Amino acid sequence: MKKPKFGVAVFPGSNCDFDAYEALKILDADVSYVWHEESNLDKFDVIVLPGGFSYGDYLRTGAIAQFSPLMKSLRDFIDKGKFVLGICNGFQILLEAKILPGAMLTNKDLKFICRYVYIRVENVNTPFTSAYKKSEVLRIPIAHHSGNYYATEEMLRKIENNGQVVFRYCNENGEVDEKSNPNGSLNNIAGIINEKGNVLGMMPHPERACENILGSEDGKKIFVSLLNSAVGQLLP
Amino acid sequence: MEEKPIYEDLGLKKEEYEKIVELLGREPNYLELSMFAVMWSEHCAYKHSKAVLRYFPTKAPWVVQGPGENAGVVDIGDGFAVAFKMESHNHPSAIEPFQGAATGIGGIVRDVLSMGARPIALLDPLRFGDLSSPRTRYLFEHVVSGIAFYGNCIGVPTVGGDIFFDSSFNSNPLVNVMCVGLLKDKEPMKSAAKGIGNIVVLIGSKTGRDGIHGATFASEELDESSEERRPSVQVGDPFTEKILIEACLELIEKNLVVSMQDLGAAGLTSSSSEMATKGGVGIDIDVNKVPLREEEMEPFEIMLSESQERMLAIVKPENLDEVIEVCKKWELDATPIGKVTDTHKIRVFQSDKLVGEIPARFLTEEAPIYIPEKRKPDYISDERPDYLLSDAEIIDAMNALENSPHLASKKWVYEQYDHMVLTNTVIQPGHDASVLRIRGSKKAIALTVDGNPRFVYLNPYEGGRLIIAEALRNLACVGARPLAFTDCLNFGNPEDPEIFYQFEQSVRGMADAMEFFGVPVVSGNVSFYNEGPEGAIKPSPIVGAVGVIDDATRAVPSFFPKEPAYIILLGKTERDFGGSELQQILEGKVFGQPPELNMELEKNLHLLLQELAKEGVILSAHDLSEGGLFGALLESAAAGNTGFKIEVPEDEEPTAFFFSETPSRVIVTSLVENVTLVRELCGKHGVPITIIGETGGSQLIFDRFLTKELEETKMNYFNLIGGLVGY
Repeated sequence: MKKPKFGVAVFPGSNCDFDAYEALKILDADVSYVWHEESNLDKFDVIVLPGGFSYGDYLRTGAIAQFSPLMKSLRDFIDKGKFVLGICNGFQILLEAKILPGAMLTNKDLKFICRYVYIRVENVNTPFTSAYKKSEVLRIPIAHHSGNYYATEEMLRKIENNGQVVFRYCNENGEVDEKSNPNGSLNNIAGIINEKGNVLGMMPHPERACENILGSEDGKKIFVSLLNSAVGQLLP
Repeated sequence: MEEKPIYEDLGLKKEEYEKIVELLGREPNYLELSMFAVMWSEHCAYKHSKAVLRYFPTKAPWVVQGPGENAGVVDIGDGFAVAFKMESHNHPSAIEPFQGAATGIGGIVRDVLSMGARPIALLDPLRFGDLSSPRTRYLFEHVVSGIAFYGNCIGVPTVGGDIFFDSSFNSNPLVNVMCVGLLKDKEPMKSAAKGIGNIVVLIGSKTGRDGIHGATFASEELDESSEERRPSVQVGDPFTEKILIEACLELIEKNLVVSMQDLGAAGLTSSSSEMATKGGVGIDIDVNKVPLREEEMEPFEIMLSESQERMLAIVKPENLDEVIEVCKKWELDATPIGKVTDTHKIRVFQSDKLVGEIPARFLTEEAPIYIPEKRKPDYISDERPDYLLSDAEIIDAMNALENSPHLASKKWVYEQYDHMVLTNTVIQPGHDASVLRIRGSKKAIALTVDGNPRFVYLNPYEGGRLIIAEALRNLACVGARPLAFTDCLNFGNPEDPEIFYQFEQSVRGMADAMEFFGVPVVSGNVSFYNEGPEGAIKPSPIVGAVGVIDDATRAVPSFFPKEPAYIILLGKTERDFGGSELQQILEGKVFGQPPELNMELEKNLHLLLQELAKEGVILSAHDLSEGGLFGALLESAAAGNTGFKIEVPEDEEPTAFFFSETPSRVIVTSLVENVTLVRELCGKHGVPITIIGETGGSQLIFDRFLTKELEETKMNYFNLIGGLVGY
């Protein structure tokens, strides 16, 4: 079977690019970095937009990166039905580019938070989560200052009804409650997918949860799911 | 009133000025005088500390680079070497805590980068005043935010630190920063300028008027007028730092630079003169070529600017285009601003006009060395305070200690730092030492920072020894073998004989202990003049220690395990209350003699812990420090999320058993089936062993004295500091 080709985007200020690259290497994936000025993404099946502080996040998180050549080509890439995974700052970029609905506000306690949280897999019928069981609880790190997901009432109703909410913050037992919501996100939303189902944005860092020695392997199945589904399964 | 001479305004003494005139054989102009003033400041010249710093051992077979470069380097095997250094950013942080702390991170990261190493970890020892003071809370909150702002953005995890609160730091907090970098299969970069005709290239940010005379400011006591110094504090741009890291590593990887140094205190003046002195060459700089952020800057402003995120590189002419190309890719300026010459001088030009000329070594090597008077302070007493508490008093003390920020979780701080980026963090902040795996090897490195100011205050020599012992014990607890230290020595005004006594004696104590344990210093920094209107800080030498673990999977955490285990006390408890947390709580101050270190026992304990880790027979190991056994039990249970039951052994007196701060003690946990082996290894290493209880359940049972609910204990432990700060 042909292996899917992963590209990990590198913007000036990306700092989880290396971690995403290494996580994919552990799974023996075919992966290379893609410089932000690259506009030809033809050889890739999956683009990972990694975490970090692209362009220093000086205007708003993710606000400047959307104007890069890579991001311009990414729309076409997405239209072709190829897959995009945005992690943390990558998710913020996808929101700023309006590829995914909603926006990020500053965390409710106004501070950067780095810690393990629990999230529940809400939708396993996606190319990113097919290796998980429905309602599986994952222990996974977050590390962000602006991860407080916000959407208009209408948007929120739409993504909830469409099953576009893929991950929700929960407690160890999988119960979604206010206490388990680290940043104030509406409906405890930790990750969403676009309507078409080929672009996932998530605040937690699956690339940090791929090895037991680091404390968790719970993020690995996102990459496994992509490896299983990314070849020859372009979404229409 | 007579007008102050210019040299005095710049922080130079009359004798120093006279020496400059004698060296040059003429009067210096304003530019030259300014360059001397910053280079001869305490901060840059170590005038009062140089002689004492010679006590430190600096050599070991694994030391690749000792003191004298931008950072020290040790070999950890398998082709890897680790570069590290600690520095202070106390004065800027006292005035402008957010930017002061942020730029402290920037500076130390560039020091490690200068060695050609990729920065992989940061650690921050912090000292603040009483948390009851609004000023302290302001400083604390903004220092932590500043570190988070800068460290998180550059993608270097902040994996450790320690915090101490004491009223002597009320107006002069300490912000020390340590950076660790990794080198694989390559020699460290050097900073010596080489090759006559080579080009001096300034890389990174444009130069502005920020931080002019910052090094001089760092060499003064803080007073009411310090607020006016706010413009001396530089402003950090972590995004530029991040791309500067990537660009410089690419330049080094492609072998495009001869040598490199960051621009820190005293800016272009210090980097050019140090590079020239080390290489035995001269450097010409044309200030008109320096890209400026502001218009009409004077030559002295350009030469002294401490604008952040800049590096100076020596480049062969044939490589210049490629250097500019690489930097352009990263959207950074790389500007040729001068040449390496054979004059041995730093010559400053404005286009063709020579505006200043000083032999480089006058700036770097000719600053006077002072050996001040020292006098043992009167407050030092031979008394060995003892406490014998009733059962009721023991319970009160336990309840009071539980509410001491020293015994509480520092989660409020380290959760604001990204401590996981780069995906190497095996043991996270909060444990005795942090552990990072080394990718491409089975090994891991262990990192800790320590410096209990109370013990040093009560007996500088003994306190110095105790700091070294504690740092090495923390490394041993996670199973690491120590390699080397970096240090940051924070004191008051060295011209005060009592302060100089504290400095000299504590360095002697540290050096003696390092010698005994066979662990040298490879880099460091001194910060004097840490005084506020109400006097000097408690003497605060702080060390960062680096160790190695051969098998990363064998690293031992500090907190109690999930499975039921025996709790074992290693070492012997004496009646040590001088400088203890108990004494502070009972008396509102510390006095008397601190514990006395038994170095033989301490060393045996380290060897024992390393072997226990290697054999995999313990599940946790936690050093006993502030709050003695009580503090260690509380922390191990709350952070480990399990209860325990402790029984005071028959031959132990409970006050000392729970609260004494005798060093060379550790609690470990072990499964029942491994206890015999643990006992045997203790016998082999000559370390006393006592089984004191078992883990498990949802209560913390301190014998007959007190039973606490785990959930309540956890709530208090994790939220205490946030609550005190107001969050």
